[in-house]
Amino acid sequence: MHPILTINNLTKKFGPITAVNNLSFTIEKGNVYGILGPNGSGKSTTLGIVLNVVNKTSGNFHWFDGSDTTHHALRKVGAIIERPNFYPYMTAEQNLKLVCKIKEVPEDKILEKLELVGLLDRKDSKFQTFSLGMKQRLAIASALLNDPEILILDEPTNGLDPQGIHQIREIIKKIASQGTTILLASHLLDEVEKVCSHVVILRKGVSLYTGSVDGMNASHGFLLLESPNREALHSALKEMKSFGTIKEEGNLFIAYLNESLDASAVNKQLFEKGIVLSRLEKKKESLEEQFLELTKNN
Amino acid sequence: MLRLLNIELIKLKTSRVSRVLIFGYFFLLTCIALIAAIKFDIGPIKFHLAEQGIFNFPFIWHFNTFVAAWLKLFLAIIIVSMVANEYSNKTLKQNLIDGLSKKEFILSKFLTVILFSVVSVLFVFVVSLILGLIYSDYNEIGIIFSDMQYLVGYFVKLVGFFSFCLFLGILIKRSAFALGFLILWQTFEGISTGILYWKAEAIAPYVTRFFPLNSMANLIKEPGTRLGAVKSAANQLGEEFTKNYDVQFWDVLIVMGWTAIFIYGSYALLKKRDL
Repeated sequence: MHPILTINNLTKKFGPITAVNNLSFTIEKGNVYGILGPNGSGKSTTLGIVLNVVNKTSGNFHWFDGSDTTHHALRKVGAIIERPNFYPYMTAEQNLKLVCKIKEVPEDKILEKLELVGLLDRKDSKFQTFSLGMKQRLAIASALLNDPEILILDEPTNGLDPQGIHQIREIIKKIASQGTTILLASHLLDEVEKVCSHVVILRKGVSLYTGSVDGMNASHGFLLLESPNREALHSALKEMKSFGTIKEEGNLFIAYLNESLDASAVNKQLFEKGIVLSRLEKKKESLEEQFLELTKNN
Repeated sequence: MLRLLNIELIKLKTSRVSRVLIFGYFFLLTCIALIAAIKFDIGPIKFHLAEQGIFNFPFIWHFNTFVAAWLKLFLAIIIVSMVANEYSNKTLKQNLIDGLSKKEFILSKFLTVILFSVVSVLFVFVVSLILGLIYSDYNEIGIIFSDMQYLVGYFVKLVGFFSFCLFLGILIKRSAFALGFLILWQTFEGISTGILYWKAEAIAPYVTRFFPLNSMANLIKEPGTRLGAVKSAANQLGEEFTKNYDVQFWDVLIVMGWTAIFIYGSYALLKKRDL
């Protein structure tokens, strides 16, 4: 286990508002993490603190094994926060050269990274002539210049058109497949669900859940059932111990499982009781449903 | 050190506005030589400024550094905008995320200030030396290189003034407002000086000496009344100037103190702020 980022009891107050409250989590090498949370839940503030641009109120954090100063460690990190920020009067290539100087890495990767994000033919265009999608892609190229141990992306698809969103996602997937650790902050759940293996869920600066996406699924899923014989089905479901709550939606019954159970086993039991099903479907809660469930109850 | 200076120079070099302003500044600095061309030739009145003794060694060091110091306002615009633009483009934030520390950021700006000052001093030195060699009545090595104190004073003055601009850029974050504040501050010093001399004349000279802009102005005193022609005219009127025109050690110390305060203040501000 190689920790990349360790956060302990981190707190940030803006006047009377507590943006981040006693937050602790660890990022391990090789995983793709998502930080989820509604707007204003403290995602960007947390990232701002670990990236040296926001001062913490209390608590601590350290990068890697903690032996280096934060700004030195940041040279091994690639990060994009909110909007891409570059010098508008410089060309794409000049901007990347400046980043190389700051990070103290050789300049020979510039063209390779521009190629990766599909901006090689625009390398001599000024940054101010770029569209938002191109700016965002240049930011990704810039974050990758040092072949970072971890790539941090804060709302990378915010404000992009569908093509732009798709391009960015493809790039993220490509990078993740190369084994780079990724930390993705977003409020777009399908985005996180598509690429992340682990999640940190924040609400009002408090961490509600930290762990793998699968582990978040504490429940065993639920079944959708429908039968011409409604009454018989309802009473049969109530008798079966495997089910907890049973909800009705029109002719449809939604039965939540208490234990792991196959749909075929349910079908068999019901058929033996003389109930014929016209519909049977086993489902797991989507990340969105779980997220809403988690953020609502607390 | 070199890396930090390099980073800042890339930022300046690629911007057309700063290129034009920097080029303009050094062009104007060279134009001091044009004073030599001031010539009136109206009938019986023949006046050639260069022959009035302003280019005599060592007086030329005093005169040229005094005139050149006015041009520093040009570079002030660059200094203020190179800091304020980092805020408005949010590139300061990106620089920090990329792994520049806040200390390194201030240091890279301060090194640029030093570089501008050194190059200005060199420019004034070379231009004055050439002018002097052409027009000066005295050409002994010992006289040519006397009174170098004015170049030191000029250097300290530039570094102090640019550090003030740097601080204002960080404090106010907008170039136009920061330059406006600079003018406002000059007015404020002027009014305070007036009030002090009016209400408490005994302590006024001691207090005003510590005002930042005033202390910088004190470094190189106006050379006009030192000119031979003016002096003799004054003598005829029975006036005598008993002014000390030297660069005072205490003034150098005060300006260096302000420089330290401005640079540390910029760092402290940046450190305290959330971006």
